[in-house]
Amino acid sequence: MTLIDQLEKIRQQRKQDIKDVGDLKNLDALRVELLGKKGPITQALRGMRDLPADQRPKFGQFANTVRDELQGAIEARRDELKKDRLNKQLANEKIDVTLPGKPVAQGQPHVIQQIIDQIEDLFIGMGYQVLTGPEVEEDKYNFEMMNLPKDHPARDMQDTFYITKDILMRTQTSPMQARTLEKHDFSKGPLKMISPGVVYRRDTDDPTHSHQFHQVEGIVIDKHITMADLKGTLELIAHELFGNRFDIRLRPSYFPFTEPSVEADITCFNCGGKGCAVCKYTGWIEVLGAGMVHPNVLEMAGVDSEVYGGFAFGLGPDRFAMLKYGVDDIRNFYLNDVRFLTQFSKKG
Amino acid sequence: MKISYSWLQEYLDLKASPKDLGEKIERSSVEVDSVTQPSDGLKKIVVGKIVSMEPHPDSDHLQVCQVDVGDEELSQIVCGAPNVAADKKVIVALPGSRIGGNVKIKRSKMRGVVSNGMICALDEIGFSKDVVPKEWADGIYFLQDDAKVGEPVFPYLGMDDYLIDVDVTPNRGDMLSVYGVARDLGAIYDQTPQLNHPQVEEVSTPAADKVSLDVDKDLAPIYTMRVVENVKIQPSPRWLQIKLWNAGMRPINNVVDVTNYILLKYGQPLHAFDYGKVSGSTIKARYAQKGEKLTTLNEEEHELNEKDIVIADDQKPIALAGVMGGLNSEIDDHTTTVAIESAVFTPTLIRKTAQRQNLHTDASQHFERGVDRGGVEEAADAAAEMMHELADGDVLKGIVTGSSYDVKDVIVKVTLSRVNHVLGTDLKLDQVADIFKRLGFGVQVDGETYTVSVPSTRWDIHIPADLLEEVARIYGYDKIPSTLPSGPTTVGALTEKQKLMRDSRHVLEALGLNQAISYALTTETKAGQFMMRESSETQLSWPMTADHTTLRMNLISGLLDDIAYNNARRVKDVALYEQGRVFYKDAADQVRPSEHEHIAGAVSGQLIVDPLKNAKNNAVDFYQLKGIVEKYLDNLAIKGDVEFVATDRYPEMHPGRTADITIHGHYIGFIGQVHPTVAEAYKINQTYVFELDLDALIDMPKDMDQFEPISKYPSITRDVALLVDKSVTNAQVLAQIQKRGGAYLKSVALFDIYDGKNLPSGKQSLAYTLTYQNPNATLTDDEVNHAFEKVQKTLTSELGAEIR
Repeated sequence: MTLIDQLEKIRQQRKQDIKDVGDLKNLDALRVELLGKKGPITQALRGMRDLPADQRPKFGQFANTVRDELQGAIEARRDELKKDRLNKQLANEKIDVTLPGKPVAQGQPHVIQQIIDQIEDLFIGMGYQVLTGPEVEEDKYNFEMMNLPKDHPARDMQDTFYITKDILMRTQTSPMQARTLEKHDFSKGPLKMISPGVVYRRDTDDPTHSHQFHQVEGIVIDKHITMADLKGTLELIAHELFGNRFDIRLRPSYFPFTEPSVEADITCFNCGGKGCAVCKYTGWIEVLGAGMVHPNVLEMAGVDSEVYGGFAFGLGPDRFAMLKYGVDDIRNFYLNDVRFLTQFSKKG
Repeated sequence: MKISYSWLQEYLDLKASPKDLGEKIERSSVEVDSVTQPSDGLKKIVVGKIVSMEPHPDSDHLQVCQVDVGDEELSQIVCGAPNVAADKKVIVALPGSRIGGNVKIKRSKMRGVVSNGMICALDEIGFSKDVVPKEWADGIYFLQDDAKVGEPVFPYLGMDDYLIDVDVTPNRGDMLSVYGVARDLGAIYDQTPQLNHPQVEEVSTPAADKVSLDVDKDLAPIYTMRVVENVKIQPSPRWLQIKLWNAGMRPINNVVDVTNYILLKYGQPLHAFDYGKVSGSTIKARYAQKGEKLTTLNEEEHELNEKDIVIADDQKPIALAGVMGGLNSEIDDHTTTVAIESAVFTPTLIRKTAQRQNLHTDASQHFERGVDRGGVEEAADAAAEMMHELADGDVLKGIVTGSSYDVKDVIVKVTLSRVNHVLGTDLKLDQVADIFKRLGFGVQVDGETYTVSVPSTRWDIHIPADLLEEVARIYGYDKIPSTLPSGPTTVGALTEKQKLMRDSRHVLEALGLNQAISYALTTETKAGQFMMRESSETQLSWPMTADHTTLRMNLISGLLDDIAYNNARRVKDVALYEQGRVFYKDAADQVRPSEHEHIAGAVSGQLIVDPLKNAKNNAVDFYQLKGIVEKYLDNLAIKGDVEFVATDRYPEMHPGRTADITIHGHYIGFIGQVHPTVAEAYKINQTYVFELDLDALIDMPKDMDQFEPISKYPSITRDVALLVDKSVTNAQVLAQIQKRGGAYLKSVALFDIYDGKNLPSGKQSLAYTLTYQNPNATLTDDEVNHAFEKVQKTLTSELGAEIR
């Protein structure tokens, strides 16, 4: 048998051996056996010097081919075995993807805060400032400058927590109208502001009354502000907070600090306007009060009511939240039951 | 006030259905609470005639009646009413009918005798007991003799009418009468209401012979009286009774009912005195005197205040003016001479009197909102004429006047351009003039200026803005266009403070705390707990409940109330924060507190609730909350080092687990565990809290974020474990390491604390990793070793540490 024949035999036999190896360790041993210094190919190459010179290159070439082939087969087999091993490992690593995810900490903004933030963002986008004022207020700002002199019957509409004769817990955010009107420099442009905050009434807490709740006041004063502007603005608020599918109804009302005064109703979300217990069978739900700022309010704050005028509105985030989410008891907002607070986490 | 639809039809030709009319009133005038029909929910209730009756064999009070209900055969009905009588027309609820309170009536047996329905009293078919006339209070009701047997009873009782319940705002007192509503609807529908005016038939005796008046004009700007003699007191005719009970008033007798009818019709409260019970002939309107008492018609005795207004004879008060009459001058069955008071009282005085005496009546509500000063005499005339007609009374000649007032139209000017400018409309000159005319106002047009004369029936209108509202509502709020404010652009943005407050909330929420909003008014005790500074408390002068008397001077107490609420409902894991105001006073005599924004947190149970972990081992501790506070302060990026300094100065806090928090040496709040006795008092589980002065944090200088190149050179770490006395704090060790760390010490991190077995008592082991890095070159081991040795030496010499 020529050397070439020997090599050819090795090539054929050992290729099969490589295919039959079952694990990486034996494959490595086989590699050493075949391709190592004592391996048959090395041996064959050593025996090349006994060949006639003219045959050597051909033989050498063939031996290298066989070696490369075997080496390639070993590597392919190694890849296969590695893959098998990995697949086995992966199969072992299978987990129950239905087990619960690990809890993480995430807190929620209070639902009333969410409503206030939403209103703030809407008005900031329309060029309004956000201003806040004192919760312990002077009678002067809370009532007198809002065109509610002492003994005005409309003061009965609001039961007040007094601290002294002249100092009280503000019953509304409206005093911020007077405070900002007093300060605003109209030579620098119109006044457009909203003022969110906490207000207090001398009420017994029950499902629809709370001695503490929230309001957002808004006021726009300039030379050319109309009731039509008020109407458009109120519609925008209602659509932003409740969605476009609701109709809005404006109707006359009375507030001492606006004239004309309006109250805005939206279609009852519960019955769609057909009439139900929620809307007392009227099809409408009252959501906010507003009006054109009373000339007395402007004059008392030192603003010329012949030149300047505008609108003001006040809305109740507590009421909005109750309507929007169907909360049936206002006290929920202030008891801070975690099971309540964490319900309002849906974004968008 | 409930306004009768059919009554309105007497003056107007209303095409709108009652429901549509209600909607129209709501959109144009005042709120409408409901539009109802008294017969709502009732059915199969008919006129029956009792043909005969005989006692029930097994009862001493039941009668077995044979009743004609319009069928071919008589119907047998058992009745237990004391006044049941043969030949009377009665209210019969047939089998299958529904009566008041949604009760169904079936054919039944009463003590063995078949009863085909029920003979009803008024309060059984939906009448409130408050409006049922006294004579019918304890028995069944007899319908008029000509009522048609078998027909529904509703028309005979006014129950087929529709009642529009208007909720009148304080400015629209004129809508508290049928005439007032008719006038407004006239304007809305462009009709002239056909309002009738009384013609009084008088006898020759002057009323002034009987009575003279002594009136304080400040109390009663208008005070008049008419006198009617020889009245015969009896029940009012049915039509009048129906009008009263549909308005929610109980018919009493023909004199009292007339005064109430006039109130409903004109909105002018009247009062009828029994002249025979008045002492002397002078009637006064004056302030009450000290010690005077008056028992009012509702049989309540009132101790009068010297600021209450009374009507008095020469000896005693006989009425609480404008509120309610006195029992001592009440009209009764024997009254023959009636003095009718028609007056206007000063609204604020009436309001105060009604409040003080806690007696709010229809009359007081009318006077508080004002009444038509031009209609006082007409109301007296109408009442006197009705008493003549219904009680056969002789009306004495003339009206006696104690005080009077020259009633004039109010003149208000407004221009068309002003109207359109304010309303955003494009109304034409005659459109606006037409609206004023429809309202019954006089109007003169000069160029584009309207000179409007407003009659006394609309006493709420004084200024141009009032006219604008009239134009807007009669034109229709619906028709006003919808626009947004135009004009110069303004910038809308949150202020720095507002941004930081929002960010504060977002950070704490991201760290796992839920926002709470608690009550700012609390008890005096809670208001003064967890105080960050000295302060006097601010108290309400007249609180509603003992739970809410004092303004909070901390936020934590409110959060603990919240935790208590949760714990009491078996919610153990509570993590809350609150951003809100506290109210401080530097001295007790400071009237108005200063308001400060604080932010506080409270965590009880597990912050991260993991059912797979042991709840107790996983419960929040000082360090978990400290981590939150550190992260929060880190996010706020305030310049200066944050330090936690152990303190036992808060009586409500655990003395060994509480720290003051300072930034750059400035005190900004505290953190720690609530003292176990305080926790027990609140009925809460172990709780950790913090409170920070948010105003101070907002005002402190901030670090700006600035990019720092990430070093290309590797860092080298060295670990060191120290055995030190337990009294040595982490902060002390860190301070020493930082002090001697050398230029390349980048950070130090504690990675192990051990104070258990195998350590000498009173010792603890602390282990730190020190990281060195040179931003500009690769550090050599020698450099690091040199620096590290220095640190070790310092720790040994300064803190007595044994390096392990």
